[in-house]
Amino acid sequence: MHMADALLSPAVGATFWAGTAAAIGYASKKLKKRLDDRKIPLMGVAGAFIFASQMINFTIPGTGSSGHLGGGMILAILLGPHAAFLVTASILTVQAFFFADGGLLALGCNIWNLGIYPCFVAYPLIYKPLAGDGKSPKRIVVASLSSAVVALQAGAFSVVLETSLSGKTELPFATFLLLMLPIHLAIGFVEGFVTAGVVRYVHAVRPEIIEGDGSAGTLPSGASLRNLLAGFVALAVVTGGALSWFASAHPDGLEWSIGKITGKGELPERDRGIAASLKGVQERTAVLPDYGFKPPEGGSKEEKTPSWPAVDAGTTASGLIGGALVLGMALAVGWAIRAARNGRSS
Amino acid sequence: MGDPGGAKRTILLTFEAAYSGIGRLDRLSYRDTPVHRLDPRAKVVATMLFVVAVVSFPRYEVLSLLPFFLFPALIAALGDIPGGFIARKVAAVSPFAVFVGMFNPLFDPGTVEVLPGVSVSAGWLSFASILVKFALTISAALLLIATTSFPGICRGLRRLGMPPLFVSQLLFLYRYLFVLLEEAMRVVRARDMRSFGSRGTGMRVFVRIAGTLFLRTVERAERIYGAMLARGFHGEVPSMRREELRLPDAVFLVASVSFFALCRAVPVPETIGRVFRGLAG
Amino acid sequence: MSHHIIEFRDVRFRYPDGTDALKGVSFRITHGESVGIVGANGAGKSTLLLHMNGHLLPTSGDVTIGEVPLRKETRPEIRRKVGVVFQNPDDQLFMPTVFDDVAFGPLNLGLPPGRVRERVHEALRRVNALGLAGKPPHHLSGGQKSAVAIATVIAMEPDILVMDEPAASLDPKSRRSVIGLLNGFTHSKIIASHDLDLILDVCGRCLVIGDGAIVADGPAEKILSDAALLAENDLELPLTLQGRHTMGGTKP
Repeated sequence: MHMADALLSPAVGATFWAGTAAAIGYASKKLKKRLDDRKIPLMGVAGAFIFASQMINFTIPGTGSSGHLGGGMILAILLGPHAAFLVTASILTVQAFFFADGGLLALGCNIWNLGIYPCFVAYPLIYKPLAGDGKSPKRIVVASLSSAVVALQAGAFSVVLETSLSGKTELPFATFLLLMLPIHLAIGFVEGFVTAGVVRYVHAVRPEIIEGDGSAGTLPSGASLRNLLAGFVALAVVTGGALSWFASAHPDGLEWSIGKITGKGELPERDRGIAASLKGVQERTAVLPDYGFKPPEGGSKEEKTPSWPAVDAGTTASGLIGGALVLGMALAVGWAIRAARNGRSS
Repeated sequence: MGDPGGAKRTILLTFEAAYSGIGRLDRLSYRDTPVHRLDPRAKVVATMLFVVAVVSFPRYEVLSLLPFFLFPALIAALGDIPGGFIARKVAAVSPFAVFVGMFNPLFDPGTVEVLPGVSVSAGWLSFASILVKFALTISAALLLIATTSFPGICRGLRRLGMPPLFVSQLLFLYRYLFVLLEEAMRVVRARDMRSFGSRGTGMRVFVRIAGTLFLRTVERAERIYGAMLARGFHGEVPSMRREELRLPDAVFLVASVSFFALCRAVPVPETIGRVFRGLAG
Repeated sequence: MSHHIIEFRDVRFRYPDGTDALKGVSFRITHGESVGIVGANGAGKSTLLLHMNGHLLPTSGDVTIGEVPLRKETRPEIRRKVGVVFQNPDDQLFMPTVFDDVAFGPLNLGLPPGRVRERVHEALRRVNALGLAGKPPHHLSGGQKSAVAIATVIAMEPDILVMDEPAASLDPKSRRSVIGLLNGFTHSKIIASHDLDLILDVCGRCLVIGDGAIVADGPAEKILSDAALLAENDLELPLTLQGRHTMGGTKP
């Protein structure tokens, strides 16, 4: 599920862009230090592979609906987390351009939602410990399944959080969450099964390809799979409990938390690159008019939202007329230019 | 379900439609028009600022957003990009925004008088605002790629501070996207020819296809690596273009940014409307 | 003058899985020669080519390029002398545009931008592809891809050109123009192919490889007209040397 520009506020978009840009920088630096040259073309082609395989739909048993491969988790297992993160980010970037999936501002959120969780959360914390040395097919299945489910739940939660923080929709946080999480639970299971299948296939044919294979997992030798699973379930219960408390305590959006975040100035600052320019722009333009962080300039008609029902009808009428005029002009200019060009070329 | 073959044909068709959609955008991006000739950096930055300006409007704002349509309209016209094609692509990706925005009328039933005697529910207004923002931001992104070749965008990103390793990933992905899509398409065709109207691809078959495709991918990567080594590769993909921004790029950037700033600061439609009503009355 | 030679002395190569791909190969090629390498699938042609620029190192025996013995540490030097054009242009052309691709080698050689541009221009001119510089490889036809793939290698100004199936899966016209290009180069050329007519048109000398060893070596015309020798190696006479009657059976 791709986040869309239209649902985002600049502050939320820029924050996630900053986080994503930092992660891209981090992963690049990490890889540069210890990347086998051989992997440079492999990463690029693996991205194209995910892209291509996403085009092949498959039917989900018993439902008749179709699913496709998300990619982040499988790449993390096959290429290692840092390489996988860069590849996932590049896939989402190409999709943002060629499929207009979400848009440019939302790209930061999308890379965060679909890249960070599988590569930097689910892979090291869940997949690695559960899969161990990656030799037991049963453990691969369990590990793929649980890490894919967790990554997708976290991603879906993130989409809801970003939407609510942006305040463009009226959809209550808890309701939205209740819509998103179950859907993504199902998607996560499917993704997990497919991931496990492909990993096992690759493992059977060319075991040397799989990243970290042979370098023993972080699993302590004494720990059994059952203990780990029990720990994992406990973790899930605690997280779930915390989340539902969170959701019920603040059922109508999360205005308070954005206030806290920005109030404390905790927006991650980036000092160069796109994130910096975005941040600069965002500071210059009025940012979150809904929340009234920036006082209305010059006391003009700027303040609109909080007092919306009080706006006088005369202003709106002028706006409607002007709006129609402007829209008409924009289209007319476009057509005129096109007509002129065609006239010249024929 | 009556015609399982039909279902499969649809899958194949979706695949080919998606593929030809990307292909068309990609071919458009290599045209030669004044917009295509602008420096990629200028276009990337302008589009980014456009998106930020658009989404920075409050949630009930619809009218003040309308002047922003001038930007995509101009780019499409000067860049000779068919508007209908862009509009169809925008519509194709709208479901998520529509799905989420659709709840606004349900949860925000307060009404508002927009004209003397005419009331509209506030939720519908914010829904409309989401749709307008969606159309603006998505068409701007599509027009950016339709008027700038992807390698150009990547060069722009590199000059704007993206890590070289990430940029070379983007370039490799772009280069092999089309090669692998064709390969996947051949596999899908072969599968369809041999499955004789039985059920569509189950997960098991998909796993086999994806696994095979991945192994072929690895082998291809090994051959590419060999070809790179044969031409002196030693760890970093070199690049040499160092274009400087030229006058038209600067003019474009300054003009679009001032336009966005103006439209953001002044409620243009309302102002024009007042003038218009002043003249009329 | 004849510095630029390739010499293989009793080269053996065993893949990690235990397959013996080369079983004692010896030959030398002198400056300016055009040599065709033919043989059935799996005979060892590709393995042989991969030794010429050190992509593979012999398990035993010696390869010498020019005066330089092939070793792990001499590979960069050898790769400047030997340009390899791989079979599939999609693997050979890995950069996003034709210009970037042709510039890849010269840039890796550390040439200044001005010189790189000259090299790219010259290489593309020689393969009649100057107009393609700004295009991405996936917008090229098969014949254009093959031509550009050759340009990527000659831009590095190697002494020796090594090619694996330079005209595979090309339409007849594109194939003809690739043959024309190859005949225009004065480099030493080594071409592995199943297209025996192409070998006949381009190469003066021909090696036949069978089961990891050289089974014949001599003038191309002589070898490629030896029907018995070719048949023994799962090959057949080039079409130009086949009389219609040898095709067996008449068409209705």
